[in-house]
Amino acid sequence: MSAPLLQTSGLTIRFGGVTAVDRVDFTLKESELRCLIGPNGAGKSTFFKLLTGQLRPTEGHVHLRGQDISGARPHEIARQGVGIKTQVPNVFNAMTVQENLWIAARHKHTPNFATELTEQILTDLRLTAIAGKEVGQLAHGQRQWVEIGTVLAGEPELILLDEPAAGMTHEEVERTADLIQEINKTRALIVVEHDMQFIKMIAKTVTVLHQGAVLIEDDVARVLEDARVRDVYLGKGLAA
Amino acid sequence: MQLLNGMTGALIGSAIAAVGILTAPLYVDLFQIMQLTVFAAMAVLALSLGFIWGYGGILCFGQTSFFGLGAYTYAVAAINFADSTPAILLAILIPVIFAALLGYFMIYGGISDVYLGVITLTVSLILFNLVNSTAGDFYKIGDARLGGFNGMPGVPTFNLPGNPGYILTPEQAWMVTGIALIVVYLGLRLLIASSFGRIIIAIRENETRAALLGYDPRIYKLITFMIGGAIAGFAGALYVNWGAFVSPTIFALGLSAQIIIWVIIGGRGTLIGPIIGCLLLQWLVTEIGAQQAFDANFVLGAILIVFVLLVPKGIAPTLRDMVMSRFAERGDAPPDVSVKVKT
Ligand SMILES: Nc1ncnc2c1ncn2[C@@H]1O[C@H](COP(=O)(O)OP(=O)(O)OP(=O)(O)O)[C@@H](O)[C@H]1O
Ligand SMILES: [Mg+2]
Repeated sequence: MSAPLLQTSGLTIRFGGVTAVDRVDFTLKESELRCLIGPNGAGKSTFFKLLTGQLRPTEGHVHLRGQDISGARPHEIARQGVGIKTQVPNVFNAMTVQENLWIAARHKHTPNFATELTEQILTDLRLTAIAGKEVGQLAHGQRQWVEIGTVLAGEPELILLDEPAAGMTHEEVERTADLIQEINKTRALIVVEHDMQFIKMIAKTVTVLHQGAVLIEDDVARVLEDARVRDVYLGKGLAA
Repeated sequence: MQLLNGMTGALIGSAIAAVGILTAPLYVDLFQIMQLTVFAAMAVLALSLGFIWGYGGILCFGQTSFFGLGAYTYAVAAINFADSTPAILLAILIPVIFAALLGYFMIYGGISDVYLGVITLTVSLILFNLVNSTAGDFYKIGDARLGGFNGMPGVPTFNLPGNPGYILTPEQAWMVTGIALIVVYLGLRLLIASSFGRIIIAIRENETRAALLGYDPRIYKLITFMIGGAIAGFAGALYVNWGAFVSPTIFALGLSAQIIIWVIIGGRGTLIGPIIGCLLLQWLVTEIGAQQAFDANFVLGAILIVFVLLVPKGIAPTLRDMVMSRFAERGDAPPDVSVKVKT
């Protein structure tokens, strides 16, 4: 049996007294789509930072297709085929939409092919009309799309999306859901989102984080009915 | 297409400048030719900082380290070899090696931008003190006496490559220096338009994003820093060729500060800006020096403050924006003067 696409074992990070991610064992199969939810401060973004090398774990390991990548640098992990749209947009502000995507595509491809790939993705994401605009001048929703396009242009095999629908109109949210399902035909994804409507549109299996630890991991319908999940979202806490 | 337009503009401008440089001795007297020569050498130095700071996002407070190293290397090598050609090459090579070591230590050591500025400044002061204390016969490299605070006089100036017997006249040395400025400028333009150039700009814009796409920011920054060192070293050789003399003041704080002021006033994020800033301010300082009514440093400081407050982007970007908005008002498509990714 081959190793899963992604596996964390006992993954932990502490900031002083705060344990932001607490002994997380997480497994993702090839071409799986997983939703990761949890209240504010649950550790979702920190978990993503550990997966992408932006933070080093205090304890525990991350394996990508059986290879240990814990503590590797962001660019090394990116080269292994992991792409991320971060919660706070990370884009090249002074560059145009086209250039943002081109830089991403250029990493694997020749300049000419990168240009072709960029055109393709701009068309797919309906960004052609704003291709020449500076990303710094765009509205938040558009910047989200540009960042998603940039991630796609890097052609990763595993895509992490941290709140991809934040700041989008209802119509844009639906398009994002469609897009995620389209991407999932060929690639694995982990999606963090607070918008439960959105989660219902895309989710199969959902993992819930609470205070850094995995609270429950199950089919979307069962997770949303779970009393403990309701409690943490209503802020009652588990101890009560 | 946009790349072509931008490059075409640069090429036409450069061709006109080249004609001006080559014909200048016909209508400018020798004194002015000498002055223009040192201006052009300094403009090469300004380009080196304009490149690493404006495009690489690396603020080096001690660009004079590489300038001075290049100057001393040229002087020592030219005296020993009695031929300027290998001396010029060494004046590029030694600063590059030094930049590689210093840059590796700083960039791979994960030192923050602010500390990078502090360290580079400190290094230039250490070099100043080091060279300053090399007076006496003991400090000799081959036939070349370093001379401590007195510096090294009588350094052989440029000769025809392969013919050390033919020393260039001041007019010819001017042409070489002026053309060298254009070559460095065009070389950097090409570099910035290349994939490498686009990537270093991306890293300047957002290092995290670049890393998350698979680019290792450290190696790109290091190479950028080394290119800056190479150009500054070359400028050092051009400078010594102008005066046939080099002294430790080349490493001094005043010059380090001036280069930064040239780049701020001319405009960061362009290449023509640092050249304009350098030429304009040097001309101004020379004029003020001739009049002796004001203190040059005082005037420089005042100009810097005025610019930071009123023209924060610097001359070249501000002019560009004005032209762009003029075109936008008329409803025409603005000409794209910035270099875009090849399409
Ligand atoms: N660099 C840091 N230093 C100290 N504490 C941190 C750091 N990064 C995150 N934390 C803490 O770790 C916890 C988890 O934060 P994280 O951003 O991962 O939550 P999240 O689940 O993404 O929340 P949200 O839904 O609001 O985005 C929080 O308590 C946060 O304050
Ligand atoms: Mg978060």
